[in-house]
Amino acid sequence: MIRLGIGYVPLLDAAPLIMAQQMGFAAEEGLELDLRAAPSWSAVRDMLCFGQVDAAHMLSPVPIASAMGLGGGAVPMSAISVLSINGTVVGVANKLADKLRAAGHDFGFNNAETAGNALIGVADAPLRIGVPFPFSMHSELLIYWLSALGLPAPQSVDIRTVPPSLMADAIRADEIDAFCVGEPWGSLTVEQGVGTLLIPGAAIWSFSPEKVLAMRTEWAEANPKIRNKLIRAVVKAGRWLADPSSHTVTAEVLARPDFLNLPGELLDRGLTGKLLISPQGEQRSVRSFVEFHKGAATFPWQSQAEWIGLQLARRTGLERDTAVRAARSVFRSDMYRAALQGSGMDVPGASSKVEGALDVETSVASALGRLTLSHNQFFDRRVFDPDLPQ
Amino acid sequence: MLDHLSIVVVEQDRDRAFEIVDALQGIGLLQIKVIGDPSGLARKIKECDPDVVLIDVSNPSRDMLEELTLASDPMSRPVAMFVDQDSDGLAKAAIEAGVSAYVVDGLSASRLQPVLYAAIARFNVFGRLRNELEQSKRALEERKVIDRAKGLLMKARGLDEEAAYALLRRKAMDQGRKVADVAQALVTAADLLS
Repeated sequence: MIRLGIGYVPLLDAAPLIMAQQMGFAAEEGLELDLRAAPSWSAVRDMLCFGQVDAAHMLSPVPIASAMGLGGGAVPMSAISVLSINGTVVGVANKLADKLRAAGHDFGFNNAETAGNALIGVADAPLRIGVPFPFSMHSELLIYWLSALGLPAPQSVDIRTVPPSLMADAIRADEIDAFCVGEPWGSLTVEQGVGTLLIPGAAIWSFSPEKVLAMRTEWAEANPKIRNKLIRAVVKAGRWLADPSSHTVTAEVLARPDFLNLPGELLDRGLTGKLLISPQGEQRSVRSFVEFHKGAATFPWQSQAEWIGLQLARRTGLERDTAVRAARSVFRSDMYRAALQGSGMDVPGASSKVEGALDVETSVASALGRLTLSHNQFFDRRVFDPDLPQ
Repeated sequence: MLDHLSIVVVEQDRDRAFEIVDALQGIGLLQIKVIGDPSGLARKIKECDPDVVLIDVSNPSRDMLEELTLASDPMSRPVAMFVDQDSDGLAKAAIEAGVSAYVVDGLSASRLQPVLYAAIARFNVFGRLRNELEQSKRALEERKVIDRAKGLLMKARGLDEEAAYALLRRKAMDQGRKVADVAQALVTAADLLS
């Protein structure tokens, strides 16, 4: 057995790592994952960079921002697999939810355009919005969404960093009006009676890479065998998680005190995509609320990295071509492909695609010839073609 | 030179905060401010405009400081995590000790060094104390479980205390496990059966 230290932040989408260890997918590859919960995203990043762990659960923009010279990050990091697609919610403090209802919003939980326009319509001061980290898909989705609806973000909103576990407290303390956070922390704001969920993150972009499996680039390149084993263990765990019959046991395991220490029922909501959106008990069902496998969910597409790099460059004023090149080098489609070769699991033939261009499930060329990509659209129907000048 | 350096310490625990301040004053630092309540942390730090911010690695509010690295306001001084200018492994030592430092960009590493040494020394003491506390807590819990298991054996098999303990120890040795683990298994089984 090879023992690997793995850092993670307690969230539903840490499931592929936790279940890889708990259900024996790691052991099948001869690995033992020493899972270490971290109190914050900066702590996970530092644990990885300073060698306290060998791999980590990470917000997809973190290693990209680091490669672009933004934020901390002592050494270069690589995303060797995507861990999860979607899995976040946008919610509002109840006070704001009341205003939205009074203005006629139906809380349908499925339309980013109507929800966004309603939100912009009722805000009488710059919205204070909590996100878990400055470099996160949460920030990118919010900024993309509000800007596309005519509210220039981040300039015209007050985006604040609030750790996921403290989001409900921040609402209670009236520090934020709205938030975007990964499950189960959005459901916890509902459970504690302080928040109402407005849309899932997937309503803004239906296939956004949320978390990645990150390694120090130098270590990943020096240890290809172990790297491949870890990728396979985590991808197999994701495939297992995609089966609805795995949801109950997953919720029970994640609920334990040594992982998330929250009621299993709360975790079940995100896993099944059946969310209670308000303290009044309204329930909404979301397809693809979080994906761990379907539609090549774990493949690190270079075009995903480029989209993130471009968004970061736009709002920080960095030179775009350099930024996009740095971003692309972080998502290691090559390492992922090498790990799955001969494993019986399929990988796409291409490493880059047009993002936001699939309004239906679509078959694509792949190593084994049976890969279907999922619905992939931005709410405003724009597309991102990495081959065109932006 | 140190007396011109202004420092903010983010620490909720009053006693710990005092000890850190003491340690920093001990090396000649005069401008030290403690922030106890982490709400609105980024704003509070901007108002203090310090040269260095020290924060416990295990504090979840630490992520709030990361947004200072993205200072978009041209009037505000950019802040960086200390690692950006580290060459002698001091940042690694700091993270391992449990303290992270954020510095105003451009502050020379030589001015920061004594501050970090003092903070690392202090945090290492905290770490030792925490470990000792955890160990003694665990020992106490283990003893409680062993006492309960002994009690169960004494009742069920009519043994005296010494014989009950000997039985637990023998079972543990046979199975290559800790006495506390065998005791825990027995207590759990008894709970299920009762």
